Amino acid sequence: MTNVIAVPTSLDDESFEQVLGPLAALAPDAKVLLDARRTEWASPYGLIGLLTLAQSRAVKPELIPPETHNTATYWARTGFYQHAEALFEIHGPVPRTRGGAESQVLLEITPVVQSADVHSVVDRIQERAQKILVSELSIDSQASIRFVMTLSEVCQNIVEHAGSGGWVAVQTYKWKKRLGRRVVQIAVTDAGIGFRRSLESLPGRQPPAPGDRWDDGTALEEAVIRGVSRFRDRGRGQGLAGARNFLGKWSGKLSIRSGTARIAIVPSWDEDTPLQEDLAPFPGAQVQITIPERTAASAAA
Amino acid sequence: MIHHIDLSSVLRRSVCALYSNLVTRPTGVAVRSEIEQLVADRPGRTLTVIDFTHVGLLDYSCADEVVAKLLLKVDGYFVFRGLHEAHIEAIETTLARYDLALVVEQIDGSARLVGTVGDAERTAWQMVHNWGRADAPTLAGTLGTAPLDAERLLDTLSTRRLLVRIDTVYLPIGSLQ
Repeated sequence: MTNVIAVPTSLDDESFEQVLGPLAALAPDAKVLLDARRTEWASPYGLIGLLTLAQSRAVKPELIPPETHNTATYWARTGFYQHAEALFEIHGPVPRTRGGAESQVLLEITPVVQSADVHSVVDRIQERAQKILVSELSIDSQASIRFVMTLSEVCQNIVEHAGSGGWVAVQTYKWKKRLGRRVVQIAVTDAGIGFRRSLESLPGRQPPAPGDRWDDGTALEEAVIRGVSRFRDRGRGQGLAGARNFLGKWSGKLSIRSGTARIAIVPSWDEDTPLQEDLAPFPGAQVQITIPERTAASAAA
Repeated sequence: MIHHIDLSSVLRRSVCALYSNLVTRPTGVAVRSEIEQLVADRPGRTLTVIDFTHVGLLDYSCADEVVAKLLLKVDGYFVFRGLHEAHIEAIETTLARYDLALVVEQIDGSARLVGTVGDAERTAWQMVHNWGRADAPTLAGTLGTAPLDAERLLDTLSTRRLLVRIDTVYLPIGSLQ
């Protein structure tokens, strides 16, 4: 029997849970069909999340692409189908569009497996980031450099901690629902071991004392808030700390979901929950970074 | 003996001919290893100018490997040149983890300290830099402190390789160029 899971009309970090929840209840080798016919919009987080879910299945899942022409061609321009074809059994034709033609797509969906991929991501995005962030989001050129540094660090987390490859995508768009302004969004996901298991692999790490809490939520707090790394090296753990510092200056938002928990560094414009627990288990990690357009009002705040 | 190292050349030679950005930890390790070898090839304690002029991006991981760990592992004097604001931010962040500091040569040729340095150390360093050379009694006279305290300050800066001590005189590192 094939289990049909409807992809939400609008697929973002919140609504992704509507896909993950039913999927997590199924055995890894259960047959799954993701039905995206009614989907009209997807964030980079949503798109690479679908790829990551497919990677984590023992049996290749099936996918029905969006019916709406604009949505389907947009997914093509992000490079989604180029990677999805290897991971899903896709029903029906998919649009053929050359990647990179979409001005909103700062970085089309790109696999990250090794350090050379991070170099490639940085090289490809640098010029476009400088141009688009400065001209369209009023983010100054020094900050756009820091934006690329942040991107580099979150991509390296896949190479160094995930134990498997992952995906990155960067996009700008008008975020009417939550903010009413343009934003640039970085999404990075992997189907690796996740934050808790990564930290548990720290050499010499003692198991938690009886009664001490240790779960996906505390692992995320250690890594994101306290900068703990699985490496003993004092120089480690700077990437997420640097990202937090940068996002603090630019009213940006960081959220990381790993295992059954999700942590968020929430700016004043958002009302997200700082720590959510007991979510449906997600293999690996999902990172989303959102930086809003700089306006006169936001600069003065 | 002064040694000039163009980091972008080292990056292209040791990692990939097409790279211009210092990103990822493995890249940082490869670049630092090459610098360590270049420094080791010179006899004695040398002054090395590390030139970032043609380096695009420097991320935190590379700043840790190429700058902080270089200072920790290599016994020599270093001046860092051609840094832009974002380079300095990455370097300052990583130096703070180890309580390290270094000397940066600015575009106009002047020098400044970057990293973890106390106010008294920074003042003493700036005075030596302005004068071109100093000894403990001279510094003590200007600061209004005991000569022993001034000597302790200068020795700390010398131990941290932010000044060079020759007998009882202390010199700015940049003046060796």
